[in-house]
Amino acid sequence: MLRDKLTIVTLGCILGGALLLAALNLLTPGASAAHVPDFVISLVGKYLCYAILALAIDLVWGYAGILTLGHGAFFALGGYCMGMYMMREIGARGVYANPILPDFMVFIGWKELPWYWQGFNHFWFALPMMMLVPGVLALAFGWFAFRSRVSGVYLSIITQALTYALMLAFFRNDMGFGGNNGMTDFKDIAGIPLNSETSSAGLMVISALVLAAAFLIARGMTRSRFGKVLIAVRDAESRTRFLGYRPESYKLVVWVVSAVIAGIGGALYVPQVGIINPSEFAPGNSIEAVIWVAVGGRGTLTGAILGAVLVNLGKTWLTSALPEVWLFAIGGLFILVTLFLPRGIIGLFAARSATAPAEAQPGAAAAKSAAREIAG
Amino acid sequence: MGLVPREGRRRALPRGSFIAAWMFCLLALVGAARADDTGKPDPFADISATSADVEARGILALAVSGSPRAAPVIAALRDGKLFAWKYPRPDTPLFIKTDSGFVDARSGDQVDTPAPVNLRKVIASDTVRGAIETAEGALDLFSPEPAARGKAAEALYQSADPGALALLDKALAQEQDPGVLRVLRQAKAAALLKSDTGSDADRIAAVHELAARADLQTRNLLASLQGQPPAVAAALSSAITDIDHTLQLWGLAENVYYGISLGAVLLLAATGLAITFGVMGVINMAHGEIVMVGAYTTFVVQRLILAFAPALEQFGLLIAVPAAFLVAALLGVLIERTLIRFLYGRPLETLLATWGLSLVLQQAVRSIFGPTNQDVSSPGWMSGALQLGGLTLTINRLWIILFALLVLGALMAALRWGGLGRSIRAVTQNRRMAAAMGIRTPLIDALTFGLGSGIAGMAGVALSQIDNVSPNLGQNYIIDSFIVVVVGGVGNLWGTLLGALILGVVDKFVEPFAGAVLAKILVLVFLILFIQRRPRGLFPLKGRMAEA
Repeated sequence: MLRDKLTIVTLGCILGGALLLAALNLLTPGASAAHVPDFVISLVGKYLCYAILALAIDLVWGYAGILTLGHGAFFALGGYCMGMYMMREIGARGVYANPILPDFMVFIGWKELPWYWQGFNHFWFALPMMMLVPGVLALAFGWFAFRSRVSGVYLSIITQALTYALMLAFFRNDMGFGGNNGMTDFKDIAGIPLNSETSSAGLMVISALVLAAAFLIARGMTRSRFGKVLIAVRDAESRTRFLGYRPESYKLVVWVVSAVIAGIGGALYVPQVGIINPSEFAPGNSIEAVIWVAVGGRGTLTGAILGAVLVNLGKTWLTSALPEVWLFAIGGLFILVTLFLPRGIIGLFAARSATAPAEAQPGAAAAKSAAREIAG
Repeated sequence: MGLVPREGRRRALPRGSFIAAWMFCLLALVGAARADDTGKPDPFADISATSADVEARGILALAVSGSPRAAPVIAALRDGKLFAWKYPRPDTPLFIKTDSGFVDARSGDQVDTPAPVNLRKVIASDTVRGAIETAEGALDLFSPEPAARGKAAEALYQSADPGALALLDKALAQEQDPGVLRVLRQAKAAALLKSDTGSDADRIAAVHELAARADLQTRNLLASLQGQPPAVAAALSSAITDIDHTLQLWGLAENVYYGISLGAVLLLAATGLAITFGVMGVINMAHGEIVMVGAYTTFVVQRLILAFAPALEQFGLLIAVPAAFLVAALLGVLIERTLIRFLYGRPLETLLATWGLSLVLQQAVRSIFGPTNQDVSSPGWMSGALQLGGLTLTINRLWIILFALLVLGALMAALRWGGLGRSIRAVTQNRRMAAAMGIRTPLIDALTFGLGSGIAGMAGVALSQIDNVSPNLGQNYIIDSFIVVVVGGVGNLWGTLLGALILGVVDKFVEPFAGAVLAKILVLVFLILFIQRRPRGLFPLKGRMAEA
């Protein structure tokens, strides 16, 4: 019962909240007490993108037991695809007024558009790329990793190495992605100027819709037969294999789906913050995203969304009010949540209502299998 | 970290080029002097001139003339004891003032004390001082100190001017020291090749003489010789090929050395991790921050010594090693008791919690010491470099290699023969049996973690010598350290050693043709592929322990 109620409440909060904020921003006069200022809209839009990333991480960590420390890479790749499209959209309006080449390429003296930039001037081409690029990388990486049964902390460390390597690569100017400045100064998206009120409210509502859709897809996946096997893999991988399933295939599917969701989140994130640069690949970002999920409650989709929003609200407030305290706070959060709140905020409520869903208990069984793995 | 102390380095460059410029003037002059022998310019007359330029020319001419009077005259000029006649006279007398009166500068004979009103002290202006310095350098060819002679010969080799041939012949005739003799012969060979004298046989012999030297400068010198007779040209090209081969070999050796020294740094950082991660199975993402705490301990120890016992300054680093071990070990025990012990058997949670801890430690250090780099000094016995053939080995890197091996050796010995080591092995191999035999396993857990952290702290002392001591110090090493432990095989110290060396050498070999960033990426890609093939490292544990 709780889960269904939770689903409705979650969807209601996401869609209702987004529409209400957009309406209050667009329809009320600026002086009115009910008016929602623009910066709140773009902030909420950013949080919604983070929530999409958190959902993606929860799908692999909470349901398949794959602790990813590199999901920021998929998020950033989606963002780069969107950035490439918007760079091409600028066209001749750039500083160097080159109709084909983005400003940074003119600046470093390139004469021709590299092959991998071809096609990004079309929205219909860029849109699937935002999903394909992270998806294909995840497929290649997961295919190697899961087939050779790399698991546990080893997998976590290689995912971290993956995003670290990508960060170093994107910092290079020769890569053709703007080096450490990344891409910025975007003008419009699909013909709509980015700096208007309508476009930021519109992007926020689109983010909310995408989040809701991702939530429903993830819910469908985890509650299907596929999801049950996934949870079995998480709790006892060897046993599932002995029962005749192929854990690596299940993991690979959920891994790729999760990477695609993260990529879409990144693609929505870039137009709302107006910049994409290699620091999005920093291992610290990915690990911070993991803690959102842990705070909200891993293994519950609502928890991931809640955690992402709450932690980022705290971050926005703390980094402006007490900047020195932020690292203490996030560091302490990591420690306290793992020690005292292994099931997150949702787990707190679920325990109280005594109807804890089975899959929200990653603790005991997972711990045992993990212990066996690390000892071996 | 360079070859010369920082203060010296700042001044060394301009002075070096200054001397080189003078050396060039000097040798050009010798050539000029030979060219118009009829004029027979008298260096003594020039020295007594009032123009600084003429005076400097005289000094240099005197120095290379080989006259036995050169040294005392130049020394007298430097010390302000050289006097000339106040009014122009054709014989331009020069006197040196001694304790007992005056001597004639040309002959060294005692003379009657001239009337002071007729005398004028020869002024050593800045221009002249430069000339004096250069002249004394050339005079050093005849100094009683072999080291000084060697330096002077080397300077002459560098300039490779045919004008110095006579001087070199003279020096060669007197030289006894085999090392200096070799450099002199090379200098002469270089000068001969540059001149237009000497038979083909002589020139070929000179080419062979130089080929033995095999450094980049010699190669450039040989390559710059144009229009030689065919026999000499053939010898030249084969000598150049030889030198290129030798240089390549030295370059290879240098890369290996850099790789090993990078490997030693990684080894230091990874040895502690090999205990906490390898032996205990605890993923400690705050390991790098413990290294950082060790580096900051070094900084604090140096400050304390400077404040309370400046006499011990040279030994500051030796005191910092045990201090950093203790501080880091205590911190480690504290972390184990308050955090890690609740998370045994839950590696993913441990990873997250210790990551949080690393953020807290970083921010704590930033709040206490500030975000900027702290200045940790190097003692005298750690600076400088060792020249080994074509190799330049920096001493601090050598110390770090030695220190890393010592730490690893001590740790292995402690694990094998020490009481705590025995308990650690017992608990790792069979926890319940060890407990049944009376070993207090929780205490051993805490001490093991403390040991690993203490070693990380000692790594911090070494890193403070080659890296910036800042709150971010640890972050740069954590991923590399994990890679080393994973490549080497979890729970195997020999594997850790080999993993560190491999990673260091591979990194340095890929770097020259791929760039530092791409090298890093390639190493990471290599690691990802490596884990696919050998998920348990190079030296996986076999038998019962592997399945435990």
